[in-house]
Amino acid sequence: MKPIFTLICCFLLITISNSQERYLTKNGAINFFSKAPMEDITADNNQVLSIVDATNNKMAISILMKSFLFEKALMQEHFNENYVESDKFPKATFKGTILNFDAINEVASKQQVKGILTIHGVEKEITIDANFTKTVDSILVDGDFVINLEDFEVEIPAVVAKNIAKNIKVSFKFNHKPYKK
Amino acid sequence: MKKLLLTILLCFISIVSYSQDDLLDILEDETPESISADIITATFKGTRIVNGHSIENKKDKELEFIIGHRFGRVNTGLYDLFGLDNANIRFALEYGLTDNFTIGAGRSSFEKTYDGFLKYSLIKQRKGKNSFPVAISLFGSVALKTLKAEFGFEERTFSESLSYVGQVLIAKKFNSSFSMQITPTYIHRNTVQVVEDPHSIFALGLGSRIKLSKRVALNGEYFLAFNESESINARNSLAFGVDIETGGHVFQIIVSNAITMIEKSFIAETTGNFFGGDIHLGFNISRTF
Repeated sequence: MKPIFTLICCFLLITISNSQERYLTKNGAINFFSKAPMEDITADNNQVLSIVDATNNKMAISILMKSFLFEKALMQEHFNENYVESDKFPKATFKGTILNFDAINEVASKQQVKGILTIHGVEKEITIDANFTKTVDSILVDGDFVINLEDFEVEIPAVVAKNIAKNIKVSFKFNHKPYKK
Repeated sequence: MKKLLLTILLCFISIVSYSQDDLLDILEDETPESISADIITATFKGTRIVNGHSIENKKDKELEFIIGHRFGRVNTGLYDLFGLDNANIRFALEYGLTDNFTIGAGRSSFEKTYDGFLKYSLIKQRKGKNSFPVAISLFGSVALKTLKAEFGFEERTFSESLSYVGQVLIAKKFNSSFSMQITPTYIHRNTVQVVEDPHSIFALGLGSRIKLSKRVALNGEYFLAFNESESINARNSLAFGVDIETGGHVFQIIVSNAITMIEKSFIAETTGNFFGGDIHLGFNISRTF
């Protein structure tokens, strides 16, 4: 009798731990904004994948560079061809830990996420402040931060130095829903 | 007791194996079969390789203004300042009706020719699940020569002044710095100078691009004509160009044995011998709005 009881307990445990512990979105939004003397450039990507694992407070984000949409097609081509080199580095990723996950509840609160951001094949440790809201069936994360292009070895030639900012503001919004495999 | 241990072990394994999944791996699996990411873009920098069209189209609602110059032959020497005294200039506007369909019109000073063209991107080169090895575009153009007939010759009618060109552009981007294109070409002229000259000309174009740096590319282009006009001793056209890109501008410097910039002329009516020094310097400047 005892083994059967344990078995049932274990299965129950697994079922509990599996249900609603991971939250995923496939249409997360990322926008970046470059403010330079000559022009402002902005681009949107609404096909960002993001996942939050509530069991270990981990979070991961995957961004397809070619999915960034620009106002001008030529800008988009230059972005992919000359700056982030999307053929070589198709994705930007983030992998990190939500530092104080237990404090997250229905009321939006600012939490820190610490992890590795990889853009243009260059890894960099980064800590981002983000607003977290957790309800029964969703985890909403939004916020913004600034990245320096030099950190990720994205070269800006002198001729367009007045068109592209060195520091780019990145805004994000992910509405994660429970994820079942 | 043994059973109990085994059960716990099994459960433990199942938990472990579950949580082993890397979050990024899950995202990888969950990535939708996004087709757009598999399309190979920027096979060529511009809508031209050198003189001839590349598979590239203007993007949706993009308007490009192009000014092209081809100077006279370099080997005319100092008296003509190496050809700079005689220039053929072409103004053109090109517009993307959609991402895959471009229309354009231009006017060349050489033989006072107006030209119009349509270009449609039929198939894109793709990698991934729906991979396709090449990109194919279709090109058609018509040219109207408005230069008055020389003294002693009869004036041409409107239809006699027309020429047509049809091309199938087949290109492959081998890697980020090397692309090639082959271009089967058919040209029909409504009028030819002497009866021996063919009305229809078949040619095969070969073009390629080598990217020297992120903003500088070297292009080469050769059109092999299978039948040629006897009366003018026509030659195959050979051209090299350097593309220099700065934001919204593309600047091209060109050397070619053809003085013209429209298909029916440089493929069928080129007379210069490139290696004999009959080289025309030229440049294209384009601005995209």
